[in-house]
Amino acid sequence: MLRVIFYPFNVLIGVLEGVGRYVELMFSMFRSFFSWHRYFSLMIDQMYHIGVLSIPIVVLTSLFSGMVTSVQAAYQFESGFVPNWFVGSIVGESVLMELAPMMTALVMTGRIGATIAAEIGTMRVSEQIDALESLSFDPLSFLILPRIIAAAVMFPVLVVIADCFGIIGGLVAAINSMDVSSQEFIRGLRNWFRPWDAWFGLIKGLFFGVAITSIACYQGYFTTGGATGVGKSTTATVVISCVSIVFLDYILAALLL
Amino acid sequence: MIEVKDLYKSFDKKNILSNINFTVSNGQSIAIVGKSGAGKSILLKCLIGLIQPDRGSIYIDNKLINTMNFQQLQKIRSKIGMVFQFGALFDSMTVGENISLALKKLTKLNEDEIQQRVKNSLASVDMIDTESLMPAELSGGMKKRVGIARAIAIKPLYLFYDEPTTGLDPIMTDSINRLILKFQNTEDVTSVIVTHEMRTVYDVSDRVLLLHEGKIQYDGSPETINNVDDPVVQQFITGNSILV
Repeated sequence: MLRVIFYPFNVLIGVLEGVGRYVELMFSMFRSFFSWHRYFSLMIDQMYHIGVLSIPIVVLTSLFSGMVTSVQAAYQFESGFVPNWFVGSIVGESVLMELAPMMTALVMTGRIGATIAAEIGTMRVSEQIDALESLSFDPLSFLILPRIIAAAVMFPVLVVIADCFGIIGGLVAAINSMDVSSQEFIRGLRNWFRPWDAWFGLIKGLFFGVAITSIACYQGYFTTGGATGVGKSTTATVVISCVSIVFLDYILAALLL
Repeated sequence: MIEVKDLYKSFDKKNILSNINFTVSNGQSIAIVGKSGAGKSILLKCLIGLIQPDRGSIYIDNKLINTMNFQQLQKIRSKIGMVFQFGALFDSMTVGENISLALKKLTKLNEDEIQQRVKNSLASVDMIDTESLMPAELSGGMKKRVGIARAIAIKPLYLFYDEPTTGLDPIMTDSINRLILKFQNTEDVTSVIVTHEMRTVYDVSDRVLLLHEGKIQYDGSPETINNVDDPVVQQFITGNSILV
């Protein structure tokens, strides 16, 4: 009976402990910051893995997101009260402010978050992290810092790519599903465009990138229990990252808009 | 010299190590033996600072390591080569990169000298021309030997081995034992070997500590352990499961 009563408190204590360890890990990551030149090549390597190799999936998802937005806008415009060229405005604003950063973050949670958690988790359970420490390396600076910096740099780049392809997708779909010319679509796009909206999407991309990689690194770094533990860390990374992304999305919107 | 005083460690209220006291002199080769779960590997990880003890002191070269910050620990670790149970090779790197990684950080050798050191280290464990292989391409015994090559490449003062012969066939076990003995004699290192193989104890150590339920049950030479009138010690060395 007592266990049932105390269960929510134990869960809360567990969550707070986790948050504490996460914050401590993030601060400890900078303890070897002045040896950054040793880890620079690792950062470039991670930028390639996180950024360059993710371009095809980001292009694909953003292209279809833009197309869906365009088709659904066209469906809403059937009443005839809204001019068709408005579809450019809707696609542009949706893609720049929400779809590009959000879709990129969700796709990257699966592609990068899960990979990082599994990689670092496997290194933990196979004593590779202990081996790094025994060889006088700082595993936080060696494994975590390059990944987080690489994500902070590459996520906004991926968001820009997603912006471009989302709008291209919207344009193609608008031309095909509505009686809208490319000039009209671009007119709508430019009519409502505010540079801050694009910056807002990039800022979101930066925060999402840091959140996904830091959560994945944290989960991987504290993995215990062999292969099962690696599986649990990977699942936890995807779940916690997705929740954090929507939470951050709201917080950033409330703060920045 | 390694000095351990009143060391205690527990996990989830379960005592793993209790009141551990011993000293390892320079050049000595000490085997830490005991049943699985006796706390041998935990003790070894405490010695290198990978696990913080709950209580007690560990001195290496007269420096208290369990109160050191990360940078101070890094300096001490640069004197220690650690051989892990399953090699713990970095699986995204080749054999050569695994060995050269620490050399690039801990030494001022140029690239040619590092490559030469890698070759020499691999040659000393009979793994010539394997620099370009990935760890996934190696057998268990080969991984252990590369792990030893990685540990000796930095020319450490101390070599810690975590179950170096576990899971190997008798011939490979003999080969690893000979390697340990070779480094003990030629490099003048201080060795701490965690094992549960009595053959390794007899072959390579000049002192043996037997851990039982987190405490030191026996501390003496391998020559006299057979004559000890202690059922726990006798059970371990004879491998008889029904003695105690």
